[in-house]
Amino acid sequence: MPGHHDTAGAAMPTYVGMPAFPDAARAAVRDTQLRRNLAHATTTIRAKRVTAVGELADWAELRETGKQIKDHTIEHLGHYLRLLEEQVTARGGTVHWARDAAEANQVVTDLIKATGETEVVKVKSMATQEIGLNEALDAAGIHAYETDLAELIVQLGGDRPSHILVPAIHRNRAEIREIFRREMPGVPDDLTDDPARLAAAAREHLRERFLAAKVAVSGANFAVAETGSLVVVESEGNGRMCLTLPETLISVMGIEKVLPTWRDLEVFLQLLPRSSTAERMNPYTSVWSGATEGQTFHLVLVDNGRTATRDDEVGRQALRCIRCSACLNVCPVYQRAGGHAYGSPYPGPIGAILSPQLRGAGSPVDDSLPYASTLCGACFEACPVAIDIPEVLVHLRSRAVHGRTERAAMRFAAWTLRSPTRLAFGQRLAGTAGRVLGRRGFIGRLPGPMARWTDTRDAPVPATETFRDWWNRR
Amino acid sequence: MSAREEILRRLGDAPVTGYDAIPRHYLRRHHDGDVVDLFAERAADYRAQVRRIARAELPAVLGEPDGRFAVPAGLPDAWTAEVDAVRDDPPLSVADLDALDGVITGCAVAIAETGTVVLDHGPGQGRRALTLVPDFHLVVVETGQIVADVPEAIERLSPDRPLTFVSGPSATSDIELSRVEGVHGPRRLSILIVDA
Repeated sequence: MPGHHDTAGAAMPTYVGMPAFPDAARAAVRDTQLRRNLAHATTTIRAKRVTAVGELADWAELRETGKQIKDHTIEHLGHYLRLLEEQVTARGGTVHWARDAAEANQVVTDLIKATGETEVVKVKSMATQEIGLNEALDAAGIHAYETDLAELIVQLGGDRPSHILVPAIHRNRAEIREIFRREMPGVPDDLTDDPARLAAAAREHLRERFLAAKVAVSGANFAVAETGSLVVVESEGNGRMCLTLPETLISVMGIEKVLPTWRDLEVFLQLLPRSSTAERMNPYTSVWSGATEGQTFHLVLVDNGRTATRDDEVGRQALRCIRCSACLNVCPVYQRAGGHAYGSPYPGPIGAILSPQLRGAGSPVDDSLPYASTLCGACFEACPVAIDIPEVLVHLRSRAVHGRTERAAMRFAAWTLRSPTRLAFGQRLAGTAGRVLGRRGFIGRLPGPMARWTDTRDAPVPATETFRDWWNRR
Repeated sequence: MSAREEILRRLGDAPVTGYDAIPRHYLRRHHDGDVVDLFAERAADYRAQVRRIARAELPAVLGEPDGRFAVPAGLPDAWTAEVDAVRDDPPLSVADLDALDGVITGCAVAIAETGTVVLDHGPGQGRRALTLVPDFHLVVVETGQIVADVPEAIERLSPDRPLTFVSGPSATSDIELSRVEGVHGPRRLSILIVDA
């Protein structure tokens, strides 16, 4: 069965040569420009989100309903997917299924090739990033134009996305101006770093492309099973351009995005905008059911590790995620390390629990992701569908195998701690060892069997003087 | 085994229970009282130009802006008596739409709490491209179309129609997470509220 494997890497591309989280994070933390950009953006949005959420006295009730609708749907996912397929088909759309990234990419490539087109316009979509669609299309001679402003910044800059909502969050306005001046043909000479001018440049750049596009690829924020309706939530109007003007629309959607009923939208259209851009409502939301206004419509339903994630009773709550990115914006680790360190299209706290589950653990970055957190719980509190991210992180840590060296070290520690003499000796030994090992101010990766422990953790250098010695000296 | 069969096999076939037991203790509306003022205030928050006028003033007010405006089938002729109107019948090409100065439509529903106008692209609203390509959208909202909040709007709207929810002019938060108006959709949104 070609293309059907649950092996890591085949399911979701780990960015090539991606080091474990601590290594990538260490480099990011030293980048002061990056830290300043992230601190500025996340601080701004955090305050706004608190206001937007605080406006609704029933936020807790909305959140509880959202959580329960998602849990119910994930439990009965097969039923709702069948219903969705039936409804989309009845309304003139065609539904395709894909077990993994390779299969999904093949389906989309074949659909585009059948139209004879070699260019497509795209609305920002996490699912297509997850499956590496642009790269697969490129290999098939099809160029995908990203049309979301931040995606455009990333694509023109030859960069990688670092945030779910704002993939170019690591770039400030001055850097964006430089990228536009360098990569955007016909950009005005006097382009300033005024965000309004930058947005106008993007409008100019993409206008002709939109008006001439024959095929578009989108994701979906929600799909309503009982009515076959798809929902795309956006701000700029690039979504509307892609969904409306081309003759053929191909929407790629993770299977967990389905909702049971039309009425359920009343919950999620309140939860998502306020959590995401901290607005009462985002500028544009498009809803369509099947083939609309004479368009050809294809819906591609992608598993890619979701059924496996669903099999884990604790871990499956990650499938509730509506990709709002509130957890990224409140996370102290994300704010300092940035999105790239997570080595996946899904960064931040949700990425730390979603990526290893979708890919199946195995790579150094996936093994380290459950540790990319202080377990402070801010993400859980901000999550509009109450995903207990710390709980899943701890669960995933325990799922990772504890090595023989780690168990031996724990037994040795217990033996040492039982005797004051042994402890005093151990502390003096540690002080000496610290002077040797910790020249950089922390103990990073140790060689040999200790690597399994130190790969994912930095330890502070032990004090050169023990507390007892210091006490006695006074 | 096909991808479809295999995914559905992995998901099992348990009978669906429990949907009706999902608690829904959230509010149907967040504001009691006059929803018209609330709508006007909230729509203006997102930089839409909002005016409340008498129905009789409509033709004169719609005639105020300069330029040629696309007009969908089903919009009352009396409204556009003083407008340089271009009927979208037969449908205008995308290039034609792009060359116009704006578009005038009605709407299906408006949501006070969020300052949102919802189009269902029925009579008087036009196909989706009509309100997307021209750079200026002038929309007439009748007071009877304004509901208090999102749940009431979803209840009134039909999934059998394509829907576009519009909250202010096109905008982006992609540069430093600060909202800037004016990207790909209409850069100006003007809302005229008239009594039903």
